[in-house]
Amino acid sequence: MGVIVLLIIVSVVVAGGFLIAFLWSVKTGQMEDDYTPSVRILFDTEVKSTANRTIAKKEVNLVNHLPK
Amino acid sequence: MPQHCYHCGVDCDDSILWNDKVFCCAGCKLVYQLLDENGLCQYYDLTDMPGMTAKGHFVSDKYNYLDNEAIQEQLIQFKVGDQAHVVFYLPQIHCVSCVWLLENLHKINPGIIQSQTHFEKKEIKVVYQPSLISLKELVQLLAFVGYAPVIHLGGHDWLKKKKVNKKQLFKIGIAGFCFSNIMMLSFPEYLSNNAIELGNLRVFFIYINLLLSLPVLFYSASGFFISAYTGLRQKWLNIDAPIALAIAVTFSRSVYEILTQTGAGYLDSMSGIVFFMLIGRWFQDKSYDSFAFDRDYTSFFPLGVTVLQEGNEISKPLSELKKGERVLIKSDEMIPADSILISNVALVDYSFVSGENAPIEVMKGALVYAGGIQKGRAIQLEVVKPVGQSYITELWNSPLLKSEKNAEKSFVHPWSQYFTIILFTIAISSGIYWSIYDTSKIMPSVTAVLIVACPCSLLLTVTFTYGNVLRWLGKSKFYCKNASVIEAIDKIDTIVFDKTGTLTNHTETTLAYEGVPLSNNEMLAIKSITKESLHPLSQLIAQFYFSKVEGIVEVNKIENFIGKGTKADSSEFEVLIGSVSFLASNHIYINQQHEGSVVCLAINKQFKGVYKVNHTYRTGIAAVAASFKNRGYQLHLLSGDHPTEKNNLIQILGTDVTLLFEQSPADKLNYIQQLQSQGRKVMMVGDGLNDAGALQKSNVGIAVTDQSHLFTPASDAILAGEQISGLDALINYAKKAKLIIIFIFSLSIIYNIVGMYFATSAQLSPMVAAILMPISSISIVALSALLSFLYSSTIRSKN
Repeated sequence: MGVIVLLIIVSVVVAGGFLIAFLWSVKTGQMEDDYTPSVRILFDTEVKSTANRTIAKKEVNLVNHLPK
Repeated sequence: MPQHCYHCGVDCDDSILWNDKVFCCAGCKLVYQLLDENGLCQYYDLTDMPGMTAKGHFVSDKYNYLDNEAIQEQLIQFKVGDQAHVVFYLPQIHCVSCVWLLENLHKINPGIIQSQTHFEKKEIKVVYQPSLISLKELVQLLAFVGYAPVIHLGGHDWLKKKKVNKKQLFKIGIAGFCFSNIMMLSFPEYLSNNAIELGNLRVFFIYINLLLSLPVLFYSASGFFISAYTGLRQKWLNIDAPIALAIAVTFSRSVYEILTQTGAGYLDSMSGIVFFMLIGRWFQDKSYDSFAFDRDYTSFFPLGVTVLQEGNEISKPLSELKKGERVLIKSDEMIPADSILISNVALVDYSFVSGENAPIEVMKGALVYAGGIQKGRAIQLEVVKPVGQSYITELWNSPLLKSEKNAEKSFVHPWSQYFTIILFTIAISSGIYWSIYDTSKIMPSVTAVLIVACPCSLLLTVTFTYGNVLRWLGKSKFYCKNASVIEAIDKIDTIVFDKTGTLTNHTETTLAYEGVPLSNNEMLAIKSITKESLHPLSQLIAQFYFSKVEGIVEVNKIENFIGKGTKADSSEFEVLIGSVSFLASNHIYINQQHEGSVVCLAINKQFKGVYKVNHTYRTGIAAVAASFKNRGYQLHLLSGDHPTEKNNLIQILGTDVTLLFEQSPADKLNYIQQLQSQGRKVMMVGDGLNDAGALQKSNVGIAVTDQSHLFTPASDAILAGEQISGLDALINYAKKAKLIIIFIFSLSIIYNIVGMYFATSAQLSPMVAAILMPISSISIVALSALLSFLYSSTIRSKN
């Protein structure tokens, strides 16, 4: 039966961890805006878009230099 | 073929082209070019035509006042070394593209380190380097790409509000955590005492429960105790008083049972109730963050003015403007204080102040009033009254507005008082009963009554129902300031409308031509001439002929007389367009009298006719008025405009509506006061500064707005202009809230009777309490959501 005491303490501590996570998220304002972050994550990062552009440019250059 | 501007989606022809894309105006093209140069064209891929139209004039020195140090200090949140943080409110934010562009501003200007948008609040936080980009340049950039910030000074109230909100969430989180753990640990207790032999474990569980209930009592429930205490100090038994009593009694009895080892107490029920009630409060109080309901005149006025001192233009904060100073007002700027016109002529649009439709021509030396907007070229004024004492701003100092609004107590409070009285009667009689038969059961039964019959079901019903109703109204673009507005709506019996901007649409104007029919060539000439002038009326006439005749003819000579009219020669005609006095000064006299605002036209020295400018009435006004009258509301109309529209209005509203014209803002305020002194409960529906006093004085003030809620005076609710045709349904729905509350509350009385049976017979076991509590709470919440959803079908169908 003694193990129940241990388990209960562990379970309360784990639940307390989630409580702290919740309080932290409220404190840092994560509950205030539920739209912008969901959109922001879908934006292409800068690095990717410039990389695409350089590749595109290279292809154009290759086409120009191909023997006709 | 009709085309749409690639930037903003406005209908246009293909006269402005760039990169094979069509633009409606040079402004839109410029924005596109700027984005294109900086590789930001993804803006156009994320949403079709996301931009704000750049039509109209972009006045680059509009933000000069931002160079003033004192103003900067108020706006910048904090500054460390060469880094400053500033937050702007951008009501134009509406789509993914907006977020994307605003968060990529650093690509346009290297001085911007980071920008972060907050979609719900329509705010942007910018971190920038003042050495590379000044605050003024930053605002100009935002305005250029179509997001002109709305700048308020001295108002960081939202910061305070945010803290309150967070505290509420903390309380809910902690109560929820404790409640769920206590519930879990109480489980062995529910399964009767002897089923499982737990021995010492049982004591261990109970003491953990006691420990967990402490934060609920002292932190989460603290609000109820504080509110009850302040209520009692004012000798007023509010709804929180019996709740605080029930929490205190439940806790003390539980502690007593635990210490004497006679039971496990009711800590699970107590923390559960606190948790549900906190959620209810939070649900009801969730407000519309991006709306401001408490604006006074200062929010409408510019923050800074350009003052002329010894020939130099200096920007100054408005508050430092003194009598006798000379100010420069540019096109489309607001006149900040009552002043005398120094320039020759001004064209002032008072629609905001008085509700009059057309701009008024003012001559040198005449008085111009604060709140008017200059429509012509830049003018010089000499201030004769300080800002706070101007005609329009004086309204706010009116003694009529000093009285507290909505001071009436909610109908829930008397109920909770009856409830408390009945509760005590039952508790005492049960105590007397047991004192005769079994004295050991006195305390258990009395405390059980107080535990079971706490008026939390009443509080839950009220908070959840108002929360739901507020949300459904908000979805129909009717945004109430708080729940007490819904109660106030219920009592309304008189509705007062404003005309301009409320019943009519500010943004849509129609032009009608009355006079000798014009030939095609004549119309073509007029179109070509009016197209050249930037005057709004001239532009309106050009628009009028846009669809009527094709093409353009050459115009030889155009002379614009500011504030008077235009004189022009095309190949065939000599055209005069302008005011009556302008034509008279060219020796063309008009015999007929014309009502309202007109523009006269003469061709080859012959008077041809007039153009009448009318604001169009919103659709569905007649139906709304009829519906209100059917329900027994008394309707009134107060207009600041001339009675030219009287016949039209009688047709729309009916003959039994009181129509009053040429009402000054003070008249409107007095009229509301007069109605109220007759015992009427008045709802005022208006817009603009001219209604501000009346909106504030009325029992329910509803501000109508068309454009992204930029300018709404202090009010109780904000209504989107296009929703005015559904106002009757919205008001009717708001009135249903009380019905829903009464229904659910009578249901909860049944729960109470069941609980009372257990309590008075001194049989209330923790398990009965633990079953009753969640069943009653959850069924109340669910029923409130269901009923408010069902009733909302009338307003949802209108969307």
